[in-house]
Amino acid sequence: MASKTFDAGVQDYQLTYWTPDYTPLDTDLLACFKVIPQEGVPREEAAAAVAAESSTGTWTTVWTDLLTDMEFYKGRAYRIEDVPGDKNAFYAFIAYPLDLFEEGSVVNVLTSLVGNVFGFKAVRSLRLEDIRFPIAFIKTCGGPPSGIQVERDKLNKYGRPMLGCTIKPKLGLSAKNYGRAVYECLRGGLDLTKDDENINSQPFQRWQNRFEFVAEAVDKATAETGERKGHYLNVTAGTVEEMLKRAEFAKELGQPIIMHDFLTAGFTANTTLANWCRDNGMLLHIHRAMHAVIDRNPQHGIHFRVLAKCLRLSGGDHLHTGTVVGKLEGDRASTLGFVDQLRESFVPEDRSRGVFFDQDWGSMPGVMAVASGGIHVWHMPALVNIFGDDSVLQFGGGTQGHPGGNAAGAAANRVALEACVKARNEGRDLEREGGDILRDAARNSKELAVALDTWKEIKFEFDTVDKLDVG
Amino acid sequence: MSMQTDDYRTQYTLETFSFLPELNADEVYDQIVYIINQGWTPALEHEDPANAAAHYWGMWKLPMFGTRDPNEVLAELDACRQAYPNHLIRLIGYDNYTQCQGHNFVVYRPRGM
Repeated sequence: MASKTFDAGVQDYQLTYWTPDYTPLDTDLLACFKVIPQEGVPREEAAAAVAAESSTGTWTTVWTDLLTDMEFYKGRAYRIEDVPGDKNAFYAFIAYPLDLFEEGSVVNVLTSLVGNVFGFKAVRSLRLEDIRFPIAFIKTCGGPPSGIQVERDKLNKYGRPMLGCTIKPKLGLSAKNYGRAVYECLRGGLDLTKDDENINSQPFQRWQNRFEFVAEAVDKATAETGERKGHYLNVTAGTVEEMLKRAEFAKELGQPIIMHDFLTAGFTANTTLANWCRDNGMLLHIHRAMHAVIDRNPQHGIHFRVLAKCLRLSGGDHLHTGTVVGKLEGDRASTLGFVDQLRESFVPEDRSRGVFFDQDWGSMPGVMAVASGGIHVWHMPALVNIFGDDSVLQFGGGTQGHPGGNAAGAAANRVALEACVKARNEGRDLEREGGDILRDAARNSKELAVALDTWKEIKFEFDTVDKLDVG
Repeated sequence: MSMQTDDYRTQYTLETFSFLPELNADEVYDQIVYIINQGWTPALEHEDPANAAAHYWGMWKLPMFGTRDPNEVLAELDACRQAYPNHLIRLIGYDNYTQCQGHNFVVYRPRGM
């Protein structure tokens, strides 16, 4: 490289960062962006610009470029593909050398890949569709504090999805009344209950009071039912110090699980909390407030599968994934695509599920998929079929909206769940025979009969906004 | 709005399948078939109801490695029940791939439980 000379001026990105002959290394971090370039900007130039701006480049050449080996450190746009069904957009595949990223820091990866480049002028819009993390990077991340297998062993939950529910109304209850709602759900047959994400420590219910009353509710329900129970105590707070203080108190109370909002609190706080959980034997439930701001626009932002992968690396034992069947967003194939990323040790490329790369997770523990929001007992057969055993199915309104109250609502859901699991194990087709399975089970459960009657008419048929790209 | 008058009585349930009516012999057989077809190893555990909350229950012999015959498992269940008529008994499917239990439910409760 000694022959290089310094020419001041604006970069022609293509010359340096468009390398169609490059074969990515196993240690490279690979990314797929959906790019819509500004009019008149050729695809190769736009792809190269994205590679440059998300790695070593800046808008102009600088003399200090020549003091390092840019050929070694630069990101490389190595492939361009059409986006099915969208003439203006294309996929740009970019390979980044491993040394561009600090070990164990998804923060550093995101700061590079989705930093300044998203405001870059040469592109009209930009979406990070997928990242292939090399196993060499994955081995530097802590990942889930416990993982699916350890959680099952600790909570003694086997052979079925777990049942949960978010306590409602989400804001305004006193700590003692809130604990009452928790106790009713758990004694009725739920495994877990959950703080709403925006319950932190408001004037109507300070965190310490909530934790104490909820702990009593959990312990009483555990003793009375002979089952292990838990409540996700939300430790999300304004500072990391406060977050850790709340986590410590949850542990002091002997509670099994706490919860955190990973996007609003940030990956640094999340990784710190996950490490604390691993050291202290606590399970960690992860909520995803703010995700739709980032992932809903199909042309700009970050696909949730990337956020889900980052969360598995940062650390969490549960992550909300959408329900597919409920009132919230989520295309089925796409959801199954990132549910695999949470739970499996190897996920092969599968464009029909929006998976752009083979992903080897090595020995990293798995994350339970959480289906929550707008679901009720009639959805149970489909949910069991879609999500399988390694999931938490959360019925908020579908538990507490039962005419008999929380305990009866919980029992109805538990009966429905177990009837579906038993039928599945017997080889029956849940999605086709679901109605019969539920009606049969209701003959032995008043609570389920009432639930089936209460929610029979509800249907959710909104079309999803963010669909997979198909021609 | 009509008043819901039913009282919901808390049940001592002991995890998976506790909310279903007790499984009959054919239904237990089907669950054993499921365990075997998943490639899991059937096993039995038993415990005095007073100690049911512990992680570890007594093990009935060793897990039934390699068995393909559900009737063998049913025979062991019967033998376990005769040896410990006052104990709870649970049927387990050990999954050596996940190093977890793929299935686990109480298959026998002593009279009055």
